[in-house]
Amino acid sequence: MEVTTRTFVANAKKGINDTNLRRALSKLTRGFPLKRLAAMDRLPEFEALRDDAVAIKNHTLAHLDVYLERYEEKARESGAHVHWAADGAAARDIILKICRDAGARTVTKGKSMVAEEIGVNEHLEANGIEPIETDLGEYIIQLRKEAPSHIIAPAIHLSKEQVAETFVAEHTELAADRDLSEPHTLVKEARGVLRRKFLAADVGITGANMLIAETGTSVIVTNEGNGDLTQTLPKTHIVIASIEKVVPTLEDATTILRILARSATGQEMSVYTTFSTGPRRPDDLDGPENYHVVILDNGRSAMLGGEFNDMLRCIKCGACLNHCPVYKAIGGHAYGWCYSGPMGAVLVPGLLGLAEAHDLPQASTFCGRCEEVCPMRIPLPRMLRSWRVKAFEGGPMSIKSRTGLGIWAFFARRPALYHPVMGLAVGILGLMGRLGGKGRFSSLPLAGGWTASRDLPAPTGKTFTAQWKRGKR
Amino acid sequence: MTDSSRSQILGNIRKSIENSHNFETDRLAVVDRRISARDPNTVPARSAGDAAARLALFVTESERVDATTHFTSSEELPGAVAAYLSGNALAPSIKAAPHALLKNVPWSKEPGLAVTFGPTDGGDEVGLSVAFAGIAETGTLALHSGPEGPTTLNFLPDYHLVVLPVSCLLGTYEEAWAALRATGNGAMPRTVNWVTGPSRTADIEQTLLMGAHGPRSLHILILDDKKAT
Repeated sequence: MEVTTRTFVANAKKGINDTNLRRALSKLTRGFPLKRLAAMDRLPEFEALRDDAVAIKNHTLAHLDVYLERYEEKARESGAHVHWAADGAAARDIILKICRDAGARTVTKGKSMVAEEIGVNEHLEANGIEPIETDLGEYIIQLRKEAPSHIIAPAIHLSKEQVAETFVAEHTELAADRDLSEPHTLVKEARGVLRRKFLAADVGITGANMLIAETGTSVIVTNEGNGDLTQTLPKTHIVIASIEKVVPTLEDATTILRILARSATGQEMSVYTTFSTGPRRPDDLDGPENYHVVILDNGRSAMLGGEFNDMLRCIKCGACLNHCPVYKAIGGHAYGWCYSGPMGAVLVPGLLGLAEAHDLPQASTFCGRCEEVCPMRIPLPRMLRSWRVKAFEGGPMSIKSRTGLGIWAFFARRPALYHPVMGLAVGILGLMGRLGGKGRFSSLPLAGGWTASRDLPAPTGKTFTAQWKRGKR
Repeated sequence: MTDSSRSQILGNIRKSIENSHNFETDRLAVVDRRISARDPNTVPARSAGDAAARLALFVTESERVDATTHFTSSEELPGAVAAYLSGNALAPSIKAAPHALLKNVPWSKEPGLAVTFGPTDGGDEVGLSVAFAGIAETGTLALHSGPEGPTTLNFLPDYHLVVLPVSCLLGTYEEAWAALRATGNGAMPRTVNWVTGPSRTADIEQTLLMGAHGPRSLHILILDDKKAT
């Protein structure tokens, strides 16, 4: 998938001006967040479970090499083939080889953000194998050749009319004048089309919400059942999972599952939670004959132990996106890659390098909602600030921003100079505002970023610190 | 190639951890202790009642996620299945898991009902499985693959009927893991499915719709043979 993180500012402007997108995202305010609150209200132990989940992940990350070895040992015992991939290219080649060895023509896929991250689909297509996304949202965006705009609701940016147009254009074997005006007709049509693909596929690829060291098990969570059809019907099942997905025991996986769906969609539990261990057994009646797990690093081991270590606790629930005022204004595509919102703004510079994505951490109001709702209590604002510091200190920040911040820092470190200068500036701006007659500015030099979309109110009195000193509290 | 990737990745991980404050010297023992202890974490008190309360909770929670429930017995199961099929205007035909419990049901009581046993290739409208546990906490069914449990039955038919013996009704997921570990040789089967309601999606305009890829309807037949006699 094309990475456009470098043009974040332009992408964001495009997002803000897209009326379809604004209408779609406006539903997010009342949707997932309210359901999450209702689910929390029903479970008095929710906060204790969050604490436990944080402790599980911290413990596992501090012993990650050992847990991965234990996981591998148990997975091999149950008949799994375990592969290790240091980067995306290595993982793509491993997956392609497995598909070729299986003689695959078509491959069904469950939703996997890691597969998006390393571009599995493009690689298979380039080598003559047809990948078919089966999660409804992923299927829709695959037809439209778009990237996911939300980590758990990939087609959240689209209206039902846009989906209907896509189906009419792509499902040419069906009558062109059929009625697709209601979402349920769209779901029914996709179910019919994809059912045939499920039954014909040679290989099924899924991600993993977790790997369990105790048993060598991979876990997926879906509401549609697409992941299960993907991994049950073809002869070969490939799991792609990043290194931080491992947890110690079934009990630990259970604790994380108790907070995952509640944080994501407000469901108590997703409809289908599936634990897969090895290929089908000799006396099993169905299931895949071959089971492969590809363990991917792709930059994560370098984040471990450092100031971005806590980001590796992320369970990809999407709560931080659902509560982020910036995400809800610009949408997921603006972030320029598969991860978006606060988790994306922290993770993407870690995976691609700050030079590729330095604008992403700038897009935050630091309101702190992301950290409040994060089930894994990841200090996202603190890490966004860390990226900003790195971008400033010899990083890729623009000369203009760096100079501006430099001048401000010069004054801020010298209060004896700062206060009179600010007092003067406030006085002049206040006078200009009164002379202009409106009490606000619709354009102001150096403040175009603000005044392009709204007025800046003119100051009406002294500075805050001046008023504070005079006892006005 | 993979072998060198393996040592490279594990080496990088070790180096990162060693450089942080998190490094412990007896880390192998710490990990092995944790894995063998299988200590539970916080367990919600929601399902901590007596058997009757647990049953009531299971019914409430499973219906909250749009499953339907029906109390019956082994003797009455054929009639209950036939009634469900006719009530939903379905053909009197089911594909059932070759489970001892289902094989011993007196299907001959419903001569009009065609019952075949085995996995499904997608040609069956109604599937009948047996859950090894019902989890009251969230109205969840737990099923596993094996000679008595084809996984395809859980996902391909439009209507999924699941038999839950009342003795398999548990409070929490942890109790379900204990039950699974106590069966057979204690090893994990290929597939364990937790099923909480019928299939759904909200991928189009966040509108919740049933029957995305899996069953549109989930009907739970709670089997209580003591009560019936």
